[in-house]
Amino acid sequence: MDDDDRVFKALADPTRRFLLDLLFARDGRTLTELESELEMTRFGVMKHLKVLEEANLVVTRRHGREKLHFLNAVPIRQIHDRWIDKYTSDHARALLDLKRHLEDDEP
Amino acid sequence: MSGTQVYKVYIKAEANRVWEAITSPEWNARYGYRGPIEMDLRPGGAVVGRSNPGMLAMGAPEIGVDGEVVEVDPPNRLVQTFRMLMDPGIAAEGFTRLTYELKESKDGVTALTVTHELGDAPNMGRLMAGEFEEMGAGGGWAWVLSDLKSLLETGKALADQ
Repeated sequence: MDDDDRVFKALADPTRRFLLDLLFARDGRTLTELESELEMTRFGVMKHLKVLEEANLVVTRRHGREKLHFLNAVPIRQIHDRWIDKYTSDHARALLDLKRHLEDDEP
Repeated sequence: MSGTQVYKVYIKAEANRVWEAITSPEWNARYGYRGPIEMDLRPGGAVVGRSNPGMLAMGAPEIGVDGEVVEVDPPNRLVQTFRMLMDPGIAAEGFTRLTYELKESKDGVTALTVTHELGDAPNMGRLMAGEFEEMGAGGGWAWVLSDLKSLLETGKALADQ
């Protein structure tokens, strides 16, 4: 399995996406904090976090006695950068500017 | 440890090359924000990031980022303080702390982890999380590290392709 396969496999599960949403809202959480948000055994949450770590979507850091989980956006950025080049993103930005301009002009 | 961001990227390159790409202005001006950053690689040494001509044309100050080297262990670990001077609001938030950790595996792949301890610098945090990208302020760490990976693996940064 290559790196992209691991990312897509990890993202294909709603619980794992929810865990990423939790970390996006507030980064650097312990297993206990994450577990309290889910109707799932501690072991189940650990298994999902392991899949996310193997896909490099979650990075852990020791802080004293605690192990904290952080959302790592780099693999998602790599997927973005692979298919959305700078011209496309400039176009997307131009469209957003246009939308803003038109909406601002409305009476 | 809230107010901390952690990013990790795997790069098919030796740790020495990744270290050079981070610490030498010849390399660090070729990806991400593309302003050359000079580092005096000893504890207490200065970190000075200069604005490139494009940034200067948009009214950026001559020195865009600054800081001080705290810890150096090439090519494994670099700790520095880091302040952004491009925007007065972010400049006023003061110095944050960056830790680069490099770990080369047997297959010649280097895992680079960047830990950005923000302390009380919410706007720096938003900038480096990529929230201001639509305003043309770059995509933060994920964008910088994806670009660094592209440069070292293909010889080209993303904007060159």
